[in-house]
Order: sequence, then structure tokens, then C-alpha cells
Amino acid sequence: MKPTDPSIVWLEERPLGLAERLYLPLFMQGLTTTARHLVSPKVTVSFPEQRPQVGNPLIYRGVHRLNRDAENRVKCVACFLCATACPAHCIDIVAAESPWPDREKYPESFQIDELRCIFCGMCEEACPVDAIELTSLLDLTGKSREEMIFDKEKLLSVYDMTKDAEPMKSAELGGTL
Amino acid sequence: MNALLPSLPTIVALVKIGLLVGGLMTAAAYLVLVERWMAAWVQDRKGPNRVGVPLTKIRLFGLGQPLADGLKIILKEDFTPRHVDKVLYTAAPLVILAASLAIFAAIPFGSALPPIPALGLTGEEPLLVAPGLDVGVLWVFALSSIAVYGVLLGGWASNNKYGFLGGLRSSAQLVAYEIPLGLGLLGVVLAAGSLKLDAIMGAQADSGVWYAFAQPLGFVVFLVASFAEAARLPFDLPEAEQELVGGYHTEYSGIKLLLFLVAEFLHMVTAAFLIVIMFLGGWHLWGVTGSGAVETWTVALLRFGVLSAKIFAVILFFMLVRWSWPRFRFDQLMNLAWKVMLPLGLVNLVTVAAVEEFRPQVTAALGAGWARALALALPWGVFVLGWLAAGLLTPSGTDNTPIRTHGPLDVEHELVEV
Repeated sequence: MKPTDPSIVWLEERPLGLAERLYLPLFMQGLTTTARHLVSPKVTVSFPEQRPQVGNPLIYRGVHRLNRDAENRVKCVACFLCATACPAHCIDIVAAESPWPDREKYPESFQIDELRCIFCGMCEEACPVDAIELTSLLDLTGKSREEMIFDKEKLLSVYDMTKDAEPMKSAELGGTL
Repeated sequence: MNALLPSLPTIVALVKIGLLVGGLMTAAAYLVLVERWMAAWVQDRKGPNRVGVPLTKIRLFGLGQPLADGLKIILKEDFTPRHVDKVLYTAAPLVILAASLAIFAAIPFGSALPPIPALGLTGEEPLLVAPGLDVGVLWVFALSSIAVYGVLLGGWASNNKYGFLGGLRSSAQLVAYEIPLGLGLLGVVLAAGSLKLDAIMGAQADSGVWYAFAQPLGFVVFLVASFAEAARLPFDLPEAEQELVGGYHTEYSGIKLLLFLVAEFLHMVTAAFLIVIMFLGGWHLWGVTGSGAVETWTVALLRFGVLSAKIFAVILFFMLVRWSWPRFRFDQLMNLAWKVMLPLGLVNLVTVAAVEEFRPQVTAALGAGWARALALALPWGVFVLGWLAAGLLTPSGTDNTPIRTHGPLDVEHELVEV
């Protein structure tokens, strides 16, 4: 676009007013703003003792979990949609023939490398049966890299741990239960 | 008496030096913590509140933080890059710290102690390392100029473009602001009739009118110039992180960096001392500490407390200002120094000179009450007028309006007059 383009709207900088030229009124204004923040309530918390408020757990993207269905079986049908959608390639699924009559496959092993994960939430969006979900757990630590590769049991245990505080998202969002 | 034993004045001076240096170093360490707290609170954070007594779980609101900070920076690698000028590189932090500490030889850190006959001190003992120094103010300003050498040497010896630019900026800024600083100071010296800082405090205590009220213009000029001299925001161009990495101490690490940072903090403390002593009445506070000799320990402690409280308040103001204003641009900085602060300082000096010159005549003609009222009214009138003139007449900066007269970019165009 050329500077002469008629569609450009040139904005004029407002000339300084008397208060601005004298500087002192603005000086007081700036000082009161800082002084107000000095005593205002703080937004940070003393972390390990005090948990930060997660705004909306429904849309927060924390540690993954694998949901269970009503019969306590893993909901996953090993369709590989999450692994395909994953931009970080952190999901590794080994599928096997399902022992149950209502589905063809189930995940024999389901691993998520939490260190590779970028917590984008694509797996959750891709999942057709709402088996994989992101919880609002935000402090994920471990002492080794191996420990941070979550297998099926661990992901199911995350579900057991969080199911009371955070019910399955699909029920409230009107998805397939 | 044994000739090898030091004399009493020597011992007293050594004790004072020990107290002052120890106190200053501790104060500098704890002021870093205060600064971090202020920074955090202004940004709605909690700030450092974990480190307490070492090896225990006692937290004490983070009061152990200075120790941890100091230990950390001392244990860091003291790395000397290969491309630096080794001698100057090592000398720079020493020069700057030595100069900033030596300044305090002439700065009183209280009023005086009452006589202590048990120790052989028969007169009152001034809380000042070099009490006989008649050129106290000159000493302070000479040494604060030498501290500039530390910055310059550091910037030059680093052989690094950021360090060099920081040193350059610093030299230009400090030279420019020495002048308004000196002009603000001259008014005080003129009014007090002495170059001794304790005499300046005494003069304010005797009259009960602090020089900030008697010379408002000089106070503002001195305040702004001392912010610039201490290289605090909004005048921290020599070490503007966003532009210059670290400025003159970019190449420094470990204990040498620590020396630089401590010296920088001491500059701020010095500036606070000078502001309080010269303009805010020093140890004087109406109704709490009167003028006159120090006879009891209560008076001595009260005066010390008042002075310390004032200095702490001024330092808090320094820190609050840091989070209130963005940095000046370099041309704005120079405009402010040469086109605003220098004329205002001169106007203040002339006003003070006129007030002091005609005070006897006015007192003789109209009485002491009128003379005192006029001596306050004239400087305040000059302050208002001078401030208005400075605000309305001086350019507030460079013109930032975009140039609209560009021809089309794809054809060759002639030079257009802007």
C-alpha cells in the first residue's frame, strides 16, 4: 500500500494539553496509580500451600486422563484419531482386538509422553468417544523422563482421581456419553 | 603513654568508619530486598517471602533473602572475557565502589552523641567520619564525579559495543546533570552560608524552615538531577536493559558485578542523604527534635531516628518513581537538562541571592515577620512562574508526526522539503 493511498486514514497525534505540558498533574496521576497497586490485593498465590484458581476447568488444558465408561472399562476404542491429530507426536497406542462385544478394538497400551505434549487439546477435540480429556491439574512433576511417560493405568488413575471434582466434560457439553 | 597506641580521635574515627561501612553494606543488601518487594507489590505480586533463617524452616517474610542473594552472586564464576583491557576492567568496579563509599566521610548520619566522660570524650561527638572537613559538600560532589570514572572505565575496558554505548550515555548524562545538581546545591550553600553538611542541617533546624519550602525551585531541580545522577528510572539510560543488555556492566559477572550493583545502590542512598540533609531538614522535625546542642542520649537517638526515617522515605519514593514512569529518550533527557533544569536552577540561584541580599533591609524597614513572609512568598512565586514558563515555552520533545510528503515509492522521486 502506497502512502498516497486514499484508503489510508492518517491520525493526528493530539497536541499536549496544559496539564501534560506542566507535567506535575501527570506526575501525581502516575504516582497514585503505582501507590494504589502497591496496596491492592495480589493476584499471585504462595503456590504449593495455596492452589491457584483455575478459571474454568471445562476449558483448562492440564494433565490428560482416560475416561472410563459405566462398566468401568476404558472408553477408548483405539481409533488412533488423537495420535493422528497430535502435533507433538506424543501419543503412542497399541491396539488389540476388543474382549467386549460392543466394540472392535481397544487399546492394549496407551502412552502419552507428557514431556513432549504441548497441551494444545487437539486429542480431546479429535476423540469421537470422548475418552481422552484434559483435566485442570496444572502441576505435573517427576523425577525422571521415564516417569513422565504416562501409560494406560496411570491415565485411568488420573480419571479416578479427578472424576469427582471434574465430571466428564461430554455430559455437560451435550456430547456423546 | 605508649606512642604505638592510636590516639583517641583515631579510634573514634575508626569506630565510626566501621559502623558506617557495615551499616551501609547491610542497608544496601536490605534495600535490594525492599526494592524487590516494591517491584512485586506494584505489579500485584507477592514478592520474595520464602528465605528466612538458613537451615531452618523459619521464613520471616523473606528477610533472609539478601544473604542468599549475596551468597549466590559471590559463588558465581568471576569470568574475565579475553578481549577486555584487564587492568582497567579490574579497576573499574573498585574505583566506583571506593568513590561511592568515600563520599560518606563527609555525610553526617545523625546529629551528634552527647559527651561520654567515661571514654574520655568531653565534648559532643558529631556522627560524621570527618567532622572537621570544611568543604563537605565539595568533597561529596568531587567524589560523586569520580564515580563516573568507574562507569566509563567499565564501559571502555569491556571492549563491547553495549558496554561502550552505556559508558558513553552515562558520561553525557552525568556531565549534563552535574550542572543543575550544582545549581540546586548552590542555592542551599548560599542560604546556609556553609559548605558543611551538618551546618546546613543546623541552619534549617534553627530557622525551622526547610530549604525545600524556602527554595521550591531549587528542590525540584536538585531532586530531578539527583535521580539522573543516581541513574535511576526514569533516567536509567546508561543501563537500559531493553536497548543495551546491561549497559556498562554487560561484560561483568560474579563479584565484580556485585561491586557495581552495590555502588549503584550506594549512589541512590547518597542521593537520598543529600536530598534529606540539604532540603528536607536533616534530623530536624517540628515538635520532635529542636535545634541546639545534644545533651542527652534521647535527643541524639531521636535525631538519628528522624534522619533515618526521612532517608528511608526518600528511598521509598525513588523506588515508587521507578515503577511509575517510562524511561526518557536520550534527546528528551538532554533537553530536560540543558533547556529546562539549567535555566530553572539559575533562576532559583538568583532568587535565593536576592532574598539573602535584601533580607536585612526588609527586616529593618518592615519588621522580621514581613521579611520572613516575603522570603517565602518570593521563591514560591518564582517557582510557579518558572514552572509555567518551562512547561509552556520549551519544546516538550522532538516532533513525532510522520512525514506525509513521500512520493510514490516505486518511482524515482525528487527530494521533498519536509
